[in-house]
Amino acid sequence: MTIGLGHYLTVAAILFVFGIFGIFLNRKNVIIILMSVELMLLAVNINLVAFSTFMHDMVGQVFAMFVLTVAAAEAAIGLAILVIYFRTRGSIAVEDINQMKG
Amino acid sequence: MTGHLPSLVPVLPEIILAVGAMVLLLLGVFQGDKSYTQVTNLSVALLAVAAFVMFGEVGSSRQITFGGMFITDAFALFAKTLVLIGSGVALLMSGRYMRDHNINKFEYPILVLLSTVGMMIMISASNLMSLYVGLELQSLSLYVLAAMNRDRIRSTEAGLKYFVLGALSSGMLLYGISLIYGFSGTTDFATLAATLKGMHEPAMGVTVGMVFLMAGLSFKVSAVPFHMWTPDVYEGSPTPVTAFFAAAPKVAALALFVRAMFSAFHGMTAEWQQVVIFISIASMLVGAFIALVQTNIKRLMAYSSIGHVGFALVGLAAGTEAGIQALLVYIAIYLTMTLGAFGAILTMRRSEGMVEDISDLSGLSQTNLPMAIGIATLMFSLAGIPLLAGFFGKWYVFKAAVDAGLVPLAVIGLVTSVVSCYYYLRIIKIMFFDEPAPAFEGGQGRTVGLVVGVAAVLNSPVSFLLISPLVAAAAWAAGSLIL
Repeated sequence: MTIGLGHYLTVAAILFVFGIFGIFLNRKNVIIILMSVELMLLAVNINLVAFSTFMHDMVGQVFAMFVLTVAAAEAAIGLAILVIYFRTRGSIAVEDINQMKG
Repeated sequence: MTGHLPSLVPVLPEIILAVGAMVLLLLGVFQGDKSYTQVTNLSVALLAVAAFVMFGEVGSSRQITFGGMFITDAFALFAKTLVLIGSGVALLMSGRYMRDHNINKFEYPILVLLSTVGMMIMISASNLMSLYVGLELQSLSLYVLAAMNRDRIRSTEAGLKYFVLGALSSGMLLYGISLIYGFSGTTDFATLAATLKGMHEPAMGVTVGMVFLMAGLSFKVSAVPFHMWTPDVYEGSPTPVTAFFAAAPKVAALALFVRAMFSAFHGMTAEWQQVVIFISIASMLVGAFIALVQTNIKRLMAYSSIGHVGFALVGLAAGTEAGIQALLVYIAIYLTMTLGAFGAILTMRRSEGMVEDISDLSGLSQTNLPMAIGIATLMFSLAGIPLLAGFFGKWYVFKAAVDAGLVPLAVIGLVTSVVSCYYYLRIIKIMFFDEPAPAFEGGQGRTVGLVVGVAAVLNSPVSFLLISPLVAAAAWAAGSLIL
């Protein structure tokens, strides 16, 4: 069996859905949400690189580089916000993020 | 691809802002914590310089640079002017609040500048890659701004919520972009439009990708069903930051939405129109009904902004040039209303600190009549009472919708508009007919009072004089988008 574009897209789609579910079903810890976000972005990168290879077009790989860079910046900012949140709240459990409602 | 440098003239305003922001960052670091006022004033000056260069050097002619990544035209000029005004006014209003809350850090104006650069790149994006980079530059700065007051739990929680949901929406947007790229073979808007025109029926992957892209964009404009972050972020963030959130990023995201739909997906109007109609109706309904039960005025303004985005999207849903024109008129008027309203919220200060309940406004007409009249004008305008500016905005979007054959959409818009009158009028009733609460402390500085005053005058029946130049400018901007 040769591995074709469809396989890559399927793996990426499964990872992407895992990422989304990780954000919504997770009731424990905000760090897991950050990991899920990374998973989503990496799924997108698999998509981009697979398309790029199969179309013999460099744009997708350049795009993947941009996504990697932005994902790194995003993770840094996310962790920084998490640190200041922990400092004021003393917890990073998802159910404790409930100061504002309505 | 040649070895020459790309033409830098069209990006001059962005380059000035980006380099200027980094210079100001150095200045702030060298001068320490006391440099807040200086850096803020210099930032406002920098925004003015950028606007000046934009009008003087770039102009409204259609220019494309960076290999098709970046485009400037009359539409970009119009939207960028609004963004620069929004950022500048939000910065000018923040001084006293930031000092009172001990968050007068020089990073604040610099983050505003950087997110403004991101917004200008978004407005000028003509490739999915520059769209993504601009959007992230804007969003990453906004996450930090929301959590600016890092010793207050509400502010940090706002930042955390905004970050998590923003990252989720960026993920969806990117997944959509990857599908669009894979099934059409390009990320360039013009090539994409040509490819879609060539296809007999758009590829399934492109349609799915476009829906993901629209989901990400509706998050950024806070349209229902991706609005959950808005009330919490508006309530939790420091008020000047909220004012900024409600003004500039909304304009930029709506402009980006319009440009993406019209210059890249013009061949799929029938497909995206359905989605836009849905999110527009949903936003108008949520904006009208959930706002009815709010007691916190910042939260009320959040739902109000969701509703107003719904009204603006009616113009996009029309899918015509008149629709874009109406949307541009609407967001220009909305910008003045929202900046004025947040200016008024910034004056709600007593000796114990800032107050945010609607009931704190009671009897304001007896303690501070000019302010009460100003707020009343803005509320009437937000409600869309005839003769005020807000009415013209609604008139043009609904007219565009009716002309495009979307009569039910316009009717729903009118009904929700009437419902939303209730909570705006309630504020006026509380200010004029309720027992007076203790007076607010003065001393917010002249700037905030001036902003409220100017916004109220612009929205008062004086707007009769201003509406025709605004409509002409919007028509000219909309015309540049449709080729």
